[in-house]
Amino acid sequence: MNRLRSLDPTVVVYLALVAALAIGALLVSTVGRNFFSAGNVRDILTGMSVLGLVAIGQTLVVLCSSLDLSVPVVISLSSLLAATTMAGDPARIVPAVLLTLAVAAAIGMFNGLVVTKLRVNGFIATLGTGLIVKGYLDTQYKGTAGTVPWEFQLLGATGLGPVPVSTILMLALATLVWFVLARTRVGHQMFAVGGDPVVARLSGLHVARPVIVAHVVCSLTAAGAGLLLASRLGVGSPTVGSQGGYDLLSIAAVVLGGTLLLGGRGSVWGTIGGVAIFAVLDNVMSVMQVNPFLKDIVRGVVIVAAVAVYTRRTLHAHRPRFGVGGPTDDGPVLGPADGAPATGQLPPAEEVAR
Amino acid sequence: MRRSAREVALDLVSPQRAVFLLLVVLLVAIVVVNPSFAEPGQLMRFLQRVAPVAIVAMGQFFVIVSGEFDLSMGSLVTAQVVGAGVLVGQDGSRTVPVLALMLAFGTLVGLVNGLATTFLRVPSFIVTLGMMLALLGAVMFWTGGAATGNPADEFRQIGRGGWREVPVLDFVPYAVVILVVLLVLALWYTHRPAGKLHVAVGDNVATAHHAGVRVWWVKTRAFVISSLSATVAGVLLVGYAGVHPSVGRGYEFTAITAVVLGGVVLGGGRGWIVGALAGAVVLEALFVLLNYAGVPSTVRSSVQGVIIIAAVAYSALDFRRRRSGPATTSPAGGDAAPAPGRGGDTSTTSPAHSGA
Amino acid sequence: MRRRTKVAAVTGAAALLVLTACTTDPTVTPPSESSPAATSEPAPEPEDSDEPGGEAPANEWFDQAMFDTQYAQRSVTPEGPADQPYLQHIDAEFVDTSQFASEGAKKVCFANASISNPWRQTGWITMNQQLKVLQEAGVISEMETRDAQDNDDTQIADIDYFIAEGGCDVFIISPNSTAAMTPAVERACETGKPVIVFDRGVQTDCPVTFIHPIGGFAWGIDTAEFLIEHLEPGSKVVALRILPGVDVLEQRWAAAEKLFAEAGIEAEDHFTGADPVKIKSIISDALARGEVHGIWMDAGDGAVAALEAFEDAGVDYPVITGEDELSFLRKWKETGVTALGPVYSNFQWRTPLLAVQKIFAGEEIPSEWVLPQAPITVDELDDYLARNEGMPDGHYAKFGGEDLPGYPEVWQERVMP
Repeated sequence: MNRLRSLDPTVVVYLALVAALAIGALLVSTVGRNFFSAGNVRDILTGMSVLGLVAIGQTLVVLCSSLDLSVPVVISLSSLLAATTMAGDPARIVPAVLLTLAVAAAIGMFNGLVVTKLRVNGFIATLGTGLIVKGYLDTQYKGTAGTVPWEFQLLGATGLGPVPVSTILMLALATLVWFVLARTRVGHQMFAVGGDPVVARLSGLHVARPVIVAHVVCSLTAAGAGLLLASRLGVGSPTVGSQGGYDLLSIAAVVLGGTLLLGGRGSVWGTIGGVAIFAVLDNVMSVMQVNPFLKDIVRGVVIVAAVAVYTRRTLHAHRPRFGVGGPTDDGPVLGPADGAPATGQLPPAEEVAR
Repeated sequence: MRRSAREVALDLVSPQRAVFLLLVVLLVAIVVVNPSFAEPGQLMRFLQRVAPVAIVAMGQFFVIVSGEFDLSMGSLVTAQVVGAGVLVGQDGSRTVPVLALMLAFGTLVGLVNGLATTFLRVPSFIVTLGMMLALLGAVMFWTGGAATGNPADEFRQIGRGGWREVPVLDFVPYAVVILVVLLVLALWYTHRPAGKLHVAVGDNVATAHHAGVRVWWVKTRAFVISSLSATVAGVLLVGYAGVHPSVGRGYEFTAITAVVLGGVVLGGGRGWIVGALAGAVVLEALFVLLNYAGVPSTVRSSVQGVIIIAAVAYSALDFRRRRSGPATTSPAGGDAAPAPGRGGDTSTTSPAHSGA
Repeated sequence: MRRRTKVAAVTGAAALLVLTACTTDPTVTPPSESSPAATSEPAPEPEDSDEPGGEAPANEWFDQAMFDTQYAQRSVTPEGPADQPYLQHIDAEFVDTSQFASEGAKKVCFANASISNPWRQTGWITMNQQLKVLQEAGVISEMETRDAQDNDDTQIADIDYFIAEGGCDVFIISPNSTAAMTPAVERACETGKPVIVFDRGVQTDCPVTFIHPIGGFAWGIDTAEFLIEHLEPGSKVVALRILPGVDVLEQRWAAAEKLFAEAGIEAEDHFTGADPVKIKSIISDALARGEVHGIWMDAGDGAVAALEAFEDAGVDYPVITGEDELSFLRKWKETGVTALGPVYSNFQWRTPLLAVQKIFAGEEIPSEWVLPQAPITVDELDDYLARNEGMPDGHYAKFGGEDLPGYPEVWQERVMP
């Protein structure tokens, strides 16, 4: 177990995923199915795409030590805006997508400002925003609306063999976000602000900026998920966001992927691994026709058990004061969990007081 | 210590007391829209309705003040409600044993939540989220999705009945009496060393630990209190509304919102339990006001959202020492440098001393 | 090193994006090939509606044609065995199924929207008992079920999984929502295997049959007429509705709202989420503002709480319409209120499997199988209570399974497969 803890958390998530795949393949074969058949793989990857998009954005928010509970309504609103603007006309795809992204960015900006300027906790701020947007949805839309043209439906329907286009796009987005976190200033600032906001501010960072960026990106990825869902459903729906429980499940996937809930340490790839584990779990239980109520029990237990087993709990692994790993030892340098080099690294909090 | 009228007024408008001001405003608005609300009978029935929400808010208060979350409250309420329906059935004599069983189960759930958080060191957000899913799934699986029905009247009287023909108050529901008793108990507890440790642990775990506090026990206690409060709320709800699998849904968010409205900072370390209680009453009063004013159902969510953000933003302001520079917030820590509370707050913050 | 990683990352992302261009197998058909026909539910347009539930509402769910059809169908005597209402049909146009006739036990693939409410749970239990009968008879080998847990996206994936991996001989689909599920149902039809849709419909008539009771408008008409008959013009009715946006529910209210407005009944509607706490609170608040003479509900959940609100306030009971859920029927009997128990024919859960039997026998079946939908009146109350004695409160009186194996224990114990 200690060896496990000394590994990079992201690696541990993928080890858990491999274990889940192995167990899943075994269980599925007992009911006479092939886990790795094209149809099954497509089912798993499809199940990953929407939650994966949301979870990527949620990773950034959690890294900044905040939360975003407004994602379900942003998803629903995005699907409705897109479908009603497109209204079946392929020429209107681009304006619809731009409008949707713009509205989502505005909501994200609002979230970010409430959290940073009004100093409301992310949980409450996004809970409130979610309620406000929900009221708008309830009043404006009485049911599914709009029509998505065939060209846009291709987004949710085509694939490279068993790999859906939506999964490929999700992975591309994850790469982009990984890059932002690992190599750009804003990304490093997110780690800093999440890790210790006081230190960050004393170090001269504008603490508000990364938080706002994180919230905006989170709402944008939620909008992406809404667009994907609109493509799959062929219409916009005011309930599609809440049907999937994307708020709590995305946070669970983020934590499962090794990101600390308190922020400051984490990895997008870990989150993708967490989403994959959920998708595999759901797939195996569906193929085995597990009673839906039992499915919820299993999900709940797995979430807690997985996080208990392999996540690292502390932000700063305390450097021993003497001997191996002490100040005179040229040990490994602490930094963001995905192994970015130590540029811009901030000293652990307990040393700042000196 | 005599305080000038200005000081009292400032105190009332202060962020820590914002919830009480909001409550007064809402109650006045309700009476304006519907004067019959001020009749003792109506008022008492309103309090009867508020009681379950207020009780869970008080339970969640201890968890949040200790720096944690309890998201499993709603599922626990549902589980207890449905369980009561199944176990009591039409046999009124089973009321007491089933009550005992429910309290025992509530304690067990709280213990599991607390120990998983402290010993497995899984964030409480995750533990209680997992518990929420697992508990609801288990209850639905056990009952096949629907309870047998409303239990015998004896059991339901707890939440539904009361003393009638009482002079002045007209009708005193048992639920309100239970609420008052629990409030007194909670206030007494928060003044005891054991109760103050919750705030200490929420404020600074490292300090508390170094002072010799058994942090795991303090936090687990908070979860047990929270689960027991959900159990009591479940008992009252069985009486008030009967048994149905949708009873209790969303209660954890209501409870957390009530606590935060009451001026308790998410992340712990500060707060007054009466604030949490007031937050719960505010939420229910808002619901009543929207009903009386005939606000369309669909708009209500938006109204609720705006009020929540506004109220919490207001209470996050610090009148005494305006911090310059950008704010810093996190789920685990409140303001960058929490100001010492005024008035009532100091009664809940005190140096931790060893021994829980 | 950093420069190289930067280049690698950007190239990786770009490569992935380029890959999306070389994709295959679109699983949706271009618009020229498919011709969706709205046979079941109208697809409502979103409108700026500032007054939900106003005086003379322009309710976008209201469809005059369907309203008139269902109005008429209520008085049509159903054809078929009177003691087997799940096999009866109204105004049927038959479709020939001889191309599907074949011997041998068949595999059924069932894409279920969910079992998340007592009505669906009761139906699911009944369906499984019916399955056992047909398995004994060698008609069906097995039924594989995928439960979408009320999620459109999941149900689409479920149907696609069945198409790819299920080895199905016949598809039974209970759609989670109308418009969103249409493309997936069309894909199932394209496999050439028979597709049966029941409960909520879809916007295509490619399935072999669409099984449903008369409809939401009929419910609204039955209930509104009952209340209008028993109340004076100018009376106040509180309408308790579960959720917005669900077509089977919205149509009920659309019809009732129109009839109330025409009869001069003042109706105000509230969304309750079927939460009895909310229901009781809403009614208590309504009583605090004045008299309430009638309660209209779009489903029976929580009717008991509504009536108790009157008890707690110490006022007379209202005229009430609930549903055939046993909790309501029992309370009705106990209190003697003036009431009606409309039904959404829970026995419709038996019909799809029986339709499978008929299809593979080559028998004709109705292309739109309209089942009877007769409300329970006060005269029939005792009979239904007797037939369902010992059943849990969440059970539905017109479940239609009295002749199935396991009656009554399986429903009493609510054995969930």
